[in-house]
Amino acid sequence: MNWKRKDLLDIRDLSKEEILFILDTAESFKDISKREIKKVPTLRGKTVITLFYEPSTRTRTSFEIAAKRLSADTINISSSTSSSTKGETLKDTARNLESMRPDAIVIRHSMPGAPHMLAAILDSSIINGGDGSHEHPTQALLDLYTIREKKGRVDGLKVAIVGDIAHSRVARSNIFSLKNFGNEIICCGPPTMIPPYIETLGVRVEYDLEKAVRKADVIMMLRIQKERGGTKYIPSTKEYSTLYGLTKKHVDTAADDVIVMHPGPMNRGTEIMDDVADGPASVILDQVENGVAVRMAVLYLLIGGEA
Amino acid sequence: MKKKVILDKKAVDRTITRITHEILEKNGGSGSLSLIGIRTRGVYLANRIQDKIKSVEGMKPPFGVLDITMYRDDISKLRSPEVKKTEIPFDVNNMTVVLVDDVLHTGRTIRAAIDAIMDLGRPKKIQLAVLVDRGERELPIHPDYAGIICPVSEHHEVLVRMSEIDGKEEVVIVKT
Amino acid sequence: MKTLIRGGRVIDPKTGRDGTFDILVENSVIREISDTIKKPEGKAQVIDASGRIVAPGLIDVHCHLREPGFEYKETILTGTSAAARGGFTTVVCMANTSPVNDSRSVTEFIVDKARTEGKCRVLPCGAITRGLKGEELAEIGEMFAAGIIAISDDGRSVRNAGLFRKALEYAKTFGLPVISHCEDETLSGGYVHEGTSSLLNGLEGIPAIAEEIIVERDIAIARYVDAPVHITHISTRGSVGIIEAARKTFRKVTCDTCPHYFSLTDEATLTFDTNTKVNPPLRSKRDVDAIREGLNKGVVDIIATDHAPHEYTSKDVEYDLATFGISGFETAFALSLGLVRDGVLDMKGLLAKMTINPARLLGINAGTITEGAPADIIIFDPGIEWTVDRGSFASKGKNTPFHGATLRGKNLLTMSGGTIVFNELK
Repeated sequence: MNWKRKDLLDIRDLSKEEILFILDTAESFKDISKREIKKVPTLRGKTVITLFYEPSTRTRTSFEIAAKRLSADTINISSSTSSSTKGETLKDTARNLESMRPDAIVIRHSMPGAPHMLAAILDSSIINGGDGSHEHPTQALLDLYTIREKKGRVDGLKVAIVGDIAHSRVARSNIFSLKNFGNEIICCGPPTMIPPYIETLGVRVEYDLEKAVRKADVIMMLRIQKERGGTKYIPSTKEYSTLYGLTKKHVDTAADDVIVMHPGPMNRGTEIMDDVADGPASVILDQVENGVAVRMAVLYLLIGGEA
Repeated sequence: MKKKVILDKKAVDRTITRITHEILEKNGGSGSLSLIGIRTRGVYLANRIQDKIKSVEGMKPPFGVLDITMYRDDISKLRSPEVKKTEIPFDVNNMTVVLVDDVLHTGRTIRAAIDAIMDLGRPKKIQLAVLVDRGERELPIHPDYAGIICPVSEHHEVLVRMSEIDGKEEVVIVKT
Repeated sequence: MKTLIRGGRVIDPKTGRDGTFDILVENSVIREISDTIKKPEGKAQVIDASGRIVAPGLIDVHCHLREPGFEYKETILTGTSAAARGGFTTVVCMANTSPVNDSRSVTEFIVDKARTEGKCRVLPCGAITRGLKGEELAEIGEMFAAGIIAISDDGRSVRNAGLFRKALEYAKTFGLPVISHCEDETLSGGYVHEGTSSLLNGLEGIPAIAEEIIVERDIAIARYVDAPVHITHISTRGSVGIIEAARKTFRKVTCDTCPHYFSLTDEATLTFDTNTKVNPPLRSKRDVDAIREGLNKGVVDIIATDHAPHEYTSKDVEYDLATFGISGFETAFALSLGLVRDGVLDMKGLLAKMTINPARLLGINAGTITEGAPADIIIFDPGIEWTVDRGSFASKGKNTPFHGATLRGKNLLTMSGGTIVFNELK
C-alpha cells in the first residue's frame, strides 16, 4: 500500500487498510528497541518538534525516543517554555517554528481541532498528540497494536471501556478504531461521564461495572482527569473508586485471557487497584513499549519520504 | 519490450550450486558460516544455498532475512517505501556472514545491508554472494561470489525471476 | 427627484399585490403604482426592472453594527453598506456595543451617526438592563425618547426572572417590543450543539434545552403579565414546539430565526472551521427540519440575520477561543430564497417574513410597496447563481461559513427612502 497522508490528525479518518499498514510497519520497528544499538539511520537529517501545551511525560518521551531511534533530531517545546504565556497565538507560534524547517510537529493541546488548524497552514507533517477531548490517534494505534499482539486479532472482541468517556480523547479514538474493525464495545462509567448520543457510535452503555466487564476480552481503564475538572462529574474520587475502580474480582469474571489496559498515568487505588495493575492480565507496560514502535512507524510513514 | 534470457531455470540452479561450492571452499566448510538474504529475492537465493550446503555438509547454517529499507540512502527521495521485517534469529558476533542478493548494480543496497548488519553486532567477516553482477558500481564494493558477470548499459534492466514468487525461474535482460 | 421603476414583477406581501407594475417614486415616498406610468417631465431617472422582482426593502430585527466601541469589527457605515448590498433597508442593531446602549447618550450617538453615514435606516435596540449585567433596569424611557425601537439584552438572557418580568411590564408604557435571547448559562458554556457532531469532534456542547428552558420561562412570564414577547434566533425543534403550543392560548408571542439555522447543521462544525461557531449553535438535522417546518406553518414569523461581524484575528484561533457569530447581511437573502426553491415557503410568504412581519413587530410604517409608503424598495433576481466571496463583502466581518458556496438569488438594487444605496442592475 502507498502511504499518502501528510498528517495524522484523527483515527476516525483512517481506513482499516491504513491502520493495519501502520501496525505492520510498527512490527518492523519494534525490534530496533530490543537491540543493543537502538538506532537506525532512517530519518537522519530530519527534525521533529514536539509542541506540548499540556503537561505530558509519557507521550512526549515516547515520541522523542521514537524520533531519536530513527536518527531524527528532536526539539521539545512545552507550555511552560513556549510563547503561549507571552500572548502569541498558536498559529504564530507554529509559523515561527515552521520557519526553522522542521519535518514534523507533534502537537498536544487542550483544545479540539488545534492540530487541524496547524495542518491547514503548515507544510510540516502534523501529528496529533492529543487534542482536548477529541482524539489521541497514536494512543489508539498503540492500543490496537497491543491488542493484536496479545489476542492475535483486532476484530470480534468484546471490549469494555471504563471511566470518563465524555472527556476522554483516548476513549474516542479507541471507539473509532475498534468500531471500524467490528468489535463489540461497552462504555461504562457514571452517567455524568457518558456523553449523550454515544449509542449512535454503535456502542453499548452500561453503568454497572460488574456487568460491563463480564466476559470481556479487553478491559480498557481510563484515567480520572483530576486536573481537567474530572471531579465535577462525581461526588468524590473515593465514591468513584467504590463504584468504578477495577478490582481483581472484576477481572476474574472477564474472559480467561482478558487483558487490562490503561493509557497512563494511573491513579492507583482510584480507577485501578494494585493487584490488577500489577497482575497477570495487565498489559500496561506493553502498551508503553509498543507506543515507541507505533510512533516510529507513524513518523517514518509521514516524513520518511518526499511528497 | 525486448527481452533476452541469459540464464534459464537449469542454468540458475547450476549457478547456485557453483556459488555454494565456492562459499564452502573459501571458508573451509560451514563452520562459523551464516547466510543473510536481502529482501526480496536474495532471501530465496539464500534459502537455496542453505539447502545445498545441507546436502553437502549435512547441516544447515544459520539463516536470516534482511530488509534494508531503514538504511537506504535515498529514502528522502521516495514516498516512505514499505518497511518489512528483518529477521536474524542468531548472534552475528564473530560469524562469517554471507550476504546474498540477486543483482549487484550500484552497490548501494549492499552498503545499506552492511550498515544494517553492523548495527546488530560485529561479525568476523562479511562476504557477498550475488546471482548477477551487472557492473556500473557507484561505491567501492565487490562481490566475493558472482554467478554471472554481465555488464549491461543503463538503459537495460536485469531481472531475476524465482519460482517462489514469480511463477517461473530465469534471469533476463529487458530494455527500459 | 423622481424615479420610475419600470416593468418589474411587483410582490407586496402586505397588500397581496403580485403582478407587473410601474412604480413612481418621488423624493422619499412611493407616489404611484400602476400598470404603466409615463416617464415624468423634467429630471427623472428610469430603472428597467423587467424580468426581475420588485419587493419592499427587507427589514432585519436583529443585527450587530458594533459601533460605538468595536469599530475594528464593523461600523455603522460598513454595516449598513453590507445591509444595503444584502437588500435590507431597515436594521435593528443590538445594544452590546462599548459602551453598551443603555443610555440616552449612546442611543443618540447611534441615531446621529446613522443619519449621517448610514446607507439604510438604523433603529437602535436598547439594553434591558444596565450594562447588560442583568442586575437593574436600564433607563428605557430615556432611550425611548432618543429613538430606540425595542429592548433586548441580546447576547444573554436576563437571568433573573423577576427582573425580566419587570422589563416586560415596564416596556408596555412605551409599546416597545421586548426581544429575548434565550439561553440558560448554567446549561450552556460550550461551543457547538451538543449532539452527534460534538460527540465526534470533542468540542464542548451546548444542549438544546439551554435554549428551550428560557423560551418556556419567558413565555410563561409574558403570559402572566400579558405583555408581548419576541423570542429571537430560535434554533431548536423544542423551541418551535413550545412557541406553537403557547400561541394557541397566548397570541402575544412572536419569534424569529436566522438563515444559518435553516441552512446548516452541526455537521458543519466537524471541520473545526471557526466560522461555524455561532450562538445559539448550528443544530442537528432534526432541529433544522423543525425550523423549516415552523417557517412553513407560520410558527416562525420573521427571518432575522443576527449579522455578527468579527475581525479576522478573533476567528483565526482555536475553536474554543474563537468569537461567536456569523457575518450574515450579504448571504441572508440568497439563503432565504432557498426556502422558496425547496417549497418551504412561497415567494410572498418568504418576503412577508422579511418585510411586513418585522415591520409589524417594530410598529413602523415600512415593509410594503403602497402609495404613500416610504420608498424602501429592492429589485432582485431569484435565478442568478453566484459564489460567495467574503473578500468582496462590504462588511468588515468576513466571518462566514458560506465562503465559496454557490448560492442562487441575488439582490441587484436597493433603494432606501428614495435613494439608491446599492445598484448592480445592468
